[in-house]
Amino acid sequence: MTTHTQTATHASHTTSASRANAAAPTKAAAPSHTHSAAHTTNSAPTRLHTPHPTLRLLRHLLPYWRRLLPAALASAGSDLAAAALMATAAWLITRAAEQPPLASVSLAIVAVRALALGRGALRYADRLLGHDGVLRAVAGFRTRVYEALVPLAPAGTPAFRSGDLLTRLVDDVDAAQNLLLRVLIPTAAACAVAATATGLATALLPKTSVLLGLLLVVAGVLVPALVLTLSHHAGRAEKQSRAELAVLTVDLTQGAADLAAYGARGRVDERARSVSARIAALERRKALTTALASAVVLLLQGGATVGVTWLAVRAHADGALPATHLTVLAVLALVSFEALTPLPAAARQLAEVQSSARRLADVLDAPPPVADPPAPTPLPATGPLGVDITDLRVRHRPDGPPALDGVSLRVPPGRRVVLLGASGSGKSTLIAALMRFVPYEAGSIRVGGRELSDCAGADARAVITGMAQDAHVFHTTIRANLALARPDATEADLLDAARRARLLDWIASLPNGWDTLVGGDGATMSGGQRTRLLLARALLADPPVLVLDEPTEGLDPHTAAAVLTDILDATRGRTTLLVTHAHSGLTAADETVTLDRGRVVPN
Amino acid sequence: MKPVERRLMRELPLLRRHLTYSTTLSVVGAGLVVAQAVLLATVLADGFAGRPLRVGPLAALGAVMALRALLTWARGVLAQRAAADVKRTLRDRITDRLRHTGALRLAASRHGETATLLTRGLDALDPYVVGYLPTMAATAVVPLTVVGWLAWTDWTSALIVVVTLPLIPVFGALVGMHTARRTARQWGLLARLGGHFLDVVAGLPTLRAFGRERHQARVVGEMADAHRRATMRTLRVAFLSSFVLETVATLSVALVAVPVGLRLLHGEVDLRTALVVLFLAPEAYLPLRALGAAFHDSAEGIAVAERVFAVLGDEADAPAERTDHAPAPDARTAHLRLDGVTVHYPDRATPALRHASLSVHPGEHVALVGPSGAGKSTLLALLLGFVAPASGRVEVGDTGLGDLDIDAWRAQVAWVPQRPHLFAASVADNIRLGRPDASDAEVRAAARAASADGFIEELAEAYDTVLGEHGTGLSAGQRQRVALARAFLKDAPVLLLDEPTAHLDPESEAAVTRATVDLMRGRTAIVVAHRTSLLPHADRIVTVRAGSLAPTRPAPAPALTDGLVGS
Repeated sequence: MTTHTQTATHASHTTSASRANAAAPTKAAAPSHTHSAAHTTNSAPTRLHTPHPTLRLLRHLLPYWRRLLPAALASAGSDLAAAALMATAAWLITRAAEQPPLASVSLAIVAVRALALGRGALRYADRLLGHDGVLRAVAGFRTRVYEALVPLAPAGTPAFRSGDLLTRLVDDVDAAQNLLLRVLIPTAAACAVAATATGLATALLPKTSVLLGLLLVVAGVLVPALVLTLSHHAGRAEKQSRAELAVLTVDLTQGAADLAAYGARGRVDERARSVSARIAALERRKALTTALASAVVLLLQGGATVGVTWLAVRAHADGALPATHLTVLAVLALVSFEALTPLPAAARQLAEVQSSARRLADVLDAPPPVADPPAPTPLPATGPLGVDITDLRVRHRPDGPPALDGVSLRVPPGRRVVLLGASGSGKSTLIAALMRFVPYEAGSIRVGGRELSDCAGADARAVITGMAQDAHVFHTTIRANLALARPDATEADLLDAARRARLLDWIASLPNGWDTLVGGDGATMSGGQRTRLLLARALLADPPVLVLDEPTEGLDPHTAAAVLTDILDATRGRTTLLVTHAHSGLTAADETVTLDRGRVVPN
Repeated sequence: MKPVERRLMRELPLLRRHLTYSTTLSVVGAGLVVAQAVLLATVLADGFAGRPLRVGPLAALGAVMALRALLTWARGVLAQRAAADVKRTLRDRITDRLRHTGALRLAASRHGETATLLTRGLDALDPYVVGYLPTMAATAVVPLTVVGWLAWTDWTSALIVVVTLPLIPVFGALVGMHTARRTARQWGLLARLGGHFLDVVAGLPTLRAFGRERHQARVVGEMADAHRRATMRTLRVAFLSSFVLETVATLSVALVAVPVGLRLLHGEVDLRTALVVLFLAPEAYLPLRALGAAFHDSAEGIAVAERVFAVLGDEADAPAERTDHAPAPDARTAHLRLDGVTVHYPDRATPALRHASLSVHPGEHVALVGPSGAGKSTLLALLLGFVAPASGRVEVGDTGLGDLDIDAWRAQVAWVPQRPHLFAASVADNIRLGRPDASDAEVRAAARAASADGFIEELAEAYDTVLGEHGTGLSAGQRQRVALARAFLKDAPVLLLDEPTAHLDPESEAAVTRATVDLMRGRTAIVVAHRTSLLPHADRIVTVRAGSLAPTRPAPAPALTDGLVGS
């Protein structure tokens, strides 16, 4: 777990630039190893009797067998048609050489033509049915993974702390597609052809079937198995070098000024070159073995052809085998190996799918950090509510130091409390505990007289919510981005929230106004506009207790002060907890509390 | 061949060599294909005729098939080696290019794409080098050989092949053109639907915060379904091309086999010839069918090659290599002078600095103040040689900075930027940046001087802790102090500090201020200072506003300014 978390951070540097918008890396609400530690302790004993991750991945896709089976059948049919075409043509020619009446070969002529047409049609059906079935299966699997991720966001898995890990997780889900399309369906087709060829050989001349069957098994099972092992083996060293190169590239580009100023540019450049040379050397070495697989299959094909032909010719000479069977057997040996050619590539693909399946299993197995009580107490969802926090202790790891250690804090109804503190002081952890994203192990949080841990998490978030630190701007319109906080909001509510967040002028200046696409590859926003959008969303949600976590992160000091003043202005008379590390712009706060290393600093 | 492909061939001799090898191997391979067909047909025809089994042809057949296997192996090895070498060459050229690109430009511009190109992007060339080029060579050689042999054995069959063979590229091009248009139209929609899942997963914490996670579960399913439908619309057309190619190829085999069978029936050909025709005919179509698929797979490689050349071809800011450098003067005794300097950035309308003049004595501490974007950082970049003035002169001692050996000059300057880059290496190695041979004791002393030792020792592995991407795990203040430790360790006579206390909480600010003041002692220092805490320690304050330097004034007594300036 820990090892591939590390390699992941390196290996996925590369995608960070292209997808950074879609998945902005979030600052840790918990230290980065929380999950791995908690997870390994929890799942280590269970892993002994849970099946292989790839099999579990497969089990998620099985419900779609009705769609996948026709695809596999079409694929097998197409490969069988190709083999049958050659075998029938061979029979036709040999039979014709015996110069029988035309009627005795006319059926074969029709068959050859039908198979020739059928092969293309079956291949087309195979591709369409296969892709359709697989995309359906993947769509269902996505929903399944999404549902597994819901209770884990944001503290239950490291993926939510790094855009790169998240991107890879999403790519892993798509690996299910490769498992079906590139591994299972070709394997099914190869099996069908190999079995049919062996069966036919048994019918025509039993002793050839032993040889043919044996060589087909070696080519279809042993060779791919060998490729699988080699891919695992070679993959590791290469992956490491590639991760190193990715890191060096980031250093060479983003750190170029620092390197130049300290005369270190040449040194890093030299290292990048040597890593590049190492990757090339590894790839050259890998070439020797990967090319071997297809050569061995050809060699086995040669062996089968020569062996089967030898046996068949001798049987024919002994009068035990009709001439037509002789050529059919030879051709059968030759063409039955052609369905096996995609298997080495399938094995390579399987090696990749296996690592994806392992990572997915980690997510699907991860225990939710906060479980709802069996009989949740209802929470009043309206009216001015206050929050009473007493002696709160939160740990991110059972054996780690407390992130919050005996914090007591009162947010009276209708008051705006500002929580100050340096980075790492525990401010964000407090917000996460209030929103029931992380559990607390001691102390209490009471809202409207109810203990928060007795309530359902969703109810808690209906009362206490706002702008979390990892707030996301979705790739959709400005309107949809706001309305998600309150789907039944009227146009007037939207306008009001945008006005109070001072977002209205910017929206008015956009050519598409409220329907402008933002987030993802949509229109780019400045940091200030993004913050104001998130703030408007929080104001629109208008929960009984509004929490705002670092709403000025990443803004320059001047803008930050202006935004803070605006926020305090907009939240007058609402129960508000505002977390920030900035100091200016806070004169309007009703109360200010400072947090330091998990404790409240006495005034 | 596209222009990019021509340029690839021109600039990479090993690719030309690869093409030559591939062609040679294809010629040998075509010969073996013919030999295999002839030998197998001979053995079978002999058996049919009831002649006693001869070991010779059968052994020859085994040998030919073994040779084909060997050839396949050799082709694979050579092709994959060529791919590895091509990628390495291009990778080195890109790194070389990066090295000669202006440092600031590189750091500021979005070079994420270049990083992707260097690592995973170049792998897209594999299908081009390993698949497409050898298949192209085979396409040029194999059908010709096969048809030639067929013509010699049985010209009627050869005629059928010759007539149907061109149908493959013709149909392929027709269907291809049609699908390309359709696919291009679908592409935007597919990309948007495909990206939806990532967007929703990334936004899950937000969805949970507003209780919308259940609703979105349904949307995830719906969007995936919409994605499937859109994909299938494209694929239905895209797969048509392979359908047509497969059908033309298999149908041609039937077109060859059936007439040969009928002619056999009338005794017009012998069995051996008929079998040779049957075995050889499919081989004529094979490379053309493979070429279609290989061409598809290689499209991304071509696109990558285009991007590589876009990066390599961008020669605009490559500095001319100079050899007639003046020796760098001793910075401990040299004045730093800006004389009527104007700086233009290519992407900005107004100059970043306008006729700026400034002279700094050895050992003097100058603070630069002014609103952000006024040109303070540009001034530091000028003194580091990261940007060149459009007019005016930057001088060290009496020598223009442009005439100096810039590396020798930079060796005497310690720079602490606003957002220092921390490298994915240990904390100690990050501090050692300017002096890789510094001892552990020296590193510790530097960290102590920068008041960084406290938090470093609390890290999991203290000085050996490897910092992650962009130094994650450290706060802004801690990163700033690691950068200060770098400067302490470098022990250079000139200091250029860019807002070392910006974005810090008060506690970190106090620590960084103390460390910075210690560092400035006894050195020439130019400090961009937005906040108050550093200003009292400056001998002189220069205000930078909209690219111009305001008349300088001496720093007032510390007691008066504390808390006033910059607020």
